[in-house]
Amino acid sequence: MHTIEEIIAMIEEVKPGLHPAPEEELVKSGKLDSVDIMSLVMALTGEFDIEITPLDLKEENFRTPQAILAMVQRLEEE
Amino acid sequence: MHHILELLDRTASEHPRAVGFCDETASFTWEQTSRAVHGVGTALDALPGSVLHRPVGVYMERGTAALHAMLGVLAAGGFYTVLDTAQPPERVRAILDQLEPAALITDVAHAEVARALAGDTPVLDYQAAAATEANEARVAALRQAVIDTDLAYVLFTSGSTGLPKGVAITHRNVLAYSEWVVSTFGFSPDTVLGNQTPFYFSMSVTDLYGALRSGACLQVLPKRLFSFPVQLLEYLCARQVNTLYWVPSALGIVANWKALDYTAAPPLHTILFAGEVMPTAKLNYWRSHYPKARFANLYGPTETTDICAYYELDRDFRDDESLPIGRACENCGLLVLCGDRPAAPGEAGELCVRGSFVAAGYYRQPDKTAQRFVPNPVQTACPETLYRTGDLVQYNDRGELVYCGRLDNQIKHMGYRIEPGEIETAAFGQEKLDDCACVYDAARDKLVLFFQAKKDVTGELRARLAGRLPAYMQPAEYRRLRQMPHNANGKVDRKALAAML
Repeated sequence: MHTIEEIIAMIEEVKPGLHPAPEEELVKSGKLDSVDIMSLVMALTGEFDIEITPLDLKEENFRTPQAILAMVQRLEEE
Repeated sequence: MHHILELLDRTASEHPRAVGFCDETASFTWEQTSRAVHGVGTALDALPGSVLHRPVGVYMERGTAALHAMLGVLAAGGFYTVLDTAQPPERVRAILDQLEPAALITDVAHAEVARALAGDTPVLDYQAAAATEANEARVAALRQAVIDTDLAYVLFTSGSTGLPKGVAITHRNVLAYSEWVVSTFGFSPDTVLGNQTPFYFSMSVTDLYGALRSGACLQVLPKRLFSFPVQLLEYLCARQVNTLYWVPSALGIVANWKALDYTAAPPLHTILFAGEVMPTAKLNYWRSHYPKARFANLYGPTETTDICAYYELDRDFRDDESLPIGRACENCGLLVLCGDRPAAPGEAGELCVRGSFVAAGYYRQPDKTAQRFVPNPVQTACPETLYRTGDLVQYNDRGELVYCGRLDNQIKHMGYRIEPGEIETAAFGQEKLDDCACVYDAARDKLVLFFQAKKDVTGELRARLAGRLPAYMQPAEYRRLRQMPHNANGKVDRKALAAML
């Protein structure tokens, strides 16, 4: 089981200076751009035992730290 | 024709109800576009002090409103500079210091920052301006006060010394350039362009003025979708986009994720790219999904409006072969010079451009202008300006121009002249490799290949390059990055890589 703190720490690592709240919007607001999101995908697949397919790479799954956590947990179960 | 807005007049009268500009939340017919543009022009003209023949800054979100604002500046007889709202205010200030605009136009979201940047300069609210009742007599008079060699916009590029350089583009430049692009690629009212590039980047000129001249629909694509390739393709389908003109990195995102394998293919028939070298492996992915589409590699600096040479794909290329940049556009003359003499057959030299696409110069920078915009050294009978691109090119056996890299990027290593692009081309095609860039570490006299890949392919790359390149071109170091850095325009950021050495 992963925690929201882990996800937030990872976002911070990808984008130093950004420390989002669990429900903070990340994509539409431009807080994470495409380079940041690709880095985050690499970090997530590197840290956790998950594979993020092109179909998982969608806005809903990266909208907030909470959404990212939900995706990670779903992918780990699969 | 003497004024770019004559293109809009014609399109609005021929296709008044056709959709012109669209973004995610708004859509405008050509008639509505024309009305908004004249409204903004009238509002700008009513500001204290005329903007006729003077610069106006556009500090707005990328979208249809910004397009209206840009054209509205032209309606007022002025010329515009699009400012990047995502950039630190200091750089925007550096641009404004050079530009000394007569006014700024902004939207609600950026009004506060715009006012702080503007100082004493008047700031116009876009919403109010676009709703202004147009004074058609005044707009017509302002139109007559402008001739085709007057400026239409100033586009700032990063200078090597850090001071941004403003490339000054005239109405004539845009009229000549848009004529070439529309006739060459057959833009028509049936064309739907998917705009990827920001409006402060020269490639967007093709989208905007290609649409204005041909009556094509311009779909401004949301930037965030370039993080989500499958959703990006779905959006292209929903908006019926059939023509793309993107930077290779943006096309590469779709190829890296093989996104076309996961969703219905958008109805594309024309795929154009420019701005950096297109990795052939990524292109081949696109071609395999669109065997009937037209693909073309466009080449040119901002100083030639957008493009001066192009190559339309007419044959197959292996993943490790590079694409030529082809031949000159209509009304562009290309010279390959070694110093002040023409290059010998087969010899590489600096590409120099003359003709109607060549910009007026750098705004308020006479010294920098004189360095790059020079008298033609091989035709001295009449004054003629050449733009020296700083790019190395040569002709291949087919008589096509081939890009060999930047003159100032060229590496001297172990006594050999090396082009990083040649090493990168050889590396591309490696399975699992998403992106790479070769940088020379002068302090250690070493070649370093930065790469981004789905797994660590250092060993495979080493073996691959050993089989394809001479010993002096072998990178001494391979460094895998989570993500290749890109600059604001979406191109690989070589300065950021050099800083990692």
